[in-house]
Amino acid sequence: MSGRVARVLKLLVPPVALLLLLGAAWELYARGGALGRDVLPPLSRVASAGWDDRASLWQNLQPTIVEVLVGFAVSLAFAFTVSVALDASGIARRSVMPVLIGSQTIPLVVLAPLIVIWFGFGFTPKIILVALVTFFPIVVGLVDGYASSERDAITLMRTMGAGWATIFLQVRLPSALPGFFTGLRIALTYAVIAAIFAEYAGAEYGLGVYIQGASASFRTDLVLAAVLVSAVLTLALYAATFLVQRLAIPWYAESRRAGA
Amino acid sequence: MTPPPPAARAEASPAIAVRGLAKSFGPLPVLDGLALHVARGEFVSILGPSGCGKSTLFSILTGIERADAGEILLDGRPLEPADRPFAWMPQRDVLFPWRSVEQNVSLGGEVAAGLPRGEARDRARALLADFGLEGFGGMRPYQLSGGMRQRVALARTVAQGRDILLLDEPFGSLDALTRTELQLWLERIWERERWTVLLITHDVREAVLLSDRVYVMAQRPDGIALERDIRLSRPRTLDTLRGADAAELEHELLVALHAGRPV
Repeated sequence: MSGRVARVLKLLVPPVALLLLLGAAWELYARGGALGRDVLPPLSRVASAGWDDRASLWQNLQPTIVEVLVGFAVSLAFAFTVSVALDASGIARRSVMPVLIGSQTIPLVVLAPLIVIWFGFGFTPKIILVALVTFFPIVVGLVDGYASSERDAITLMRTMGAGWATIFLQVRLPSALPGFFTGLRIALTYAVIAAIFAEYAGAEYGLGVYIQGASASFRTDLVLAAVLVSAVLTLALYAATFLVQRLAIPWYAESRRAGA
Repeated sequence: MTPPPPAARAEASPAIAVRGLAKSFGPLPVLDGLALHVARGEFVSILGPSGCGKSTLFSILTGIERADAGEILLDGRPLEPADRPFAWMPQRDVLFPWRSVEQNVSLGGEVAAGLPRGEARDRARALLADFGLEGFGGMRPYQLSGGMRQRVALARTVAQGRDILLLDEPFGSLDALTRTELQLWLERIWERERWTVLLITHDVREAVLLSDRVYVMAQRPDGIALERDIRLSRPRTLDTLRGADAAELEHELLVALHAGRPV
């Protein structure tokens, strides 16, 4: 147990120390007033302004969370279905993957207003955008994960007379889960940004709307407060993936630690 | 009429017989006219250098690869694709890390024998007890030593309930000490169970210790350089290997194995 505490501390202390250091540097530099306190407010003012405006921040955070979660759910369902099809068919994989990779070159900045034009100002375009942006890393994580299945394991299953579905469920899918969680985490870092971008392009509420409003009235402190909130949201979701991973594939971390 | 001696009877109706087996990968012939047979309850080893087509033979027997020519007879009649009489044990244990030890063993029964999960689990439990692995069923593979993992892998192979075990260098990745320990363990458990076994190895001592009969495969694809009965009394132990008979056999097999190779 104490080993576990030590491990967690070893994981947490360095980044927290670095953040504190950066925060302190920001605070000191901003207090020096080189850029003007309204242009670059000290961290302490960002925090207190954000706290004072917490009701509005919370109101605008909620739709963003919903967009991210629903967008993610949609993305997961599609990504899994597509990944199964890609795994089942070599021709599908060879034709779809390059197109999918190519699609990633379309910048979010261009895509967001277009999708708002096509789908209106409601929830739909936000969910589509979040789903689009997170889809790719999840699919790649799954497809690479399937491919990481041990050859001998598949051969063994075939000698036992297993068909495609049994091999997929017993070998390929479990083998893919570690890669899937990696893809999931990469996708997550994009998800909140995508939702904010979609709100930028047109929405009633949301962190994006909040940032836009604060920025238009030169409230840099509130802009930065909203940025901090979105960072905390992403980090919380990120941490949640580790929790889910622990529950879903407990064998993975354990067997890696055992060096097997 | 007096019954024929055991060896002759084995030849009359082998459990599995391979004749004229040929396989090429592109222009490269790997097997060309290979013939061998294994009687029911017989432990037969194939000794051969790497790349002599031993593993290709197993791939063909298990239906992973298709032979270019030749026939495989099961109890005297041609092998049908639906027969699947072979249970294959790969060199690396290939235990699934997401399954417990018991679940890994029961996989053999679930997939190969099509047993309901509960029945496969009961069979797995019984096998683990037989294999000296009682109490390890709930563990994960990574918690076991290399030797124990190999035993679990053999249990999974037996759990398939197939007639003939194909063991593909099962102890090849173990350290020398563990390997000897497992060879002696396999000899003891085989005494008891008398499975029909075809073992691939390049360990001459292993072949002598375990086998009723040994084939030495040549470097060339045209098959068997030597076929040798191992008439050492069982049960065999480390003492068996000390005897003059065993030493003579080891030497003969070693010479055959190295024939035509630079020494």
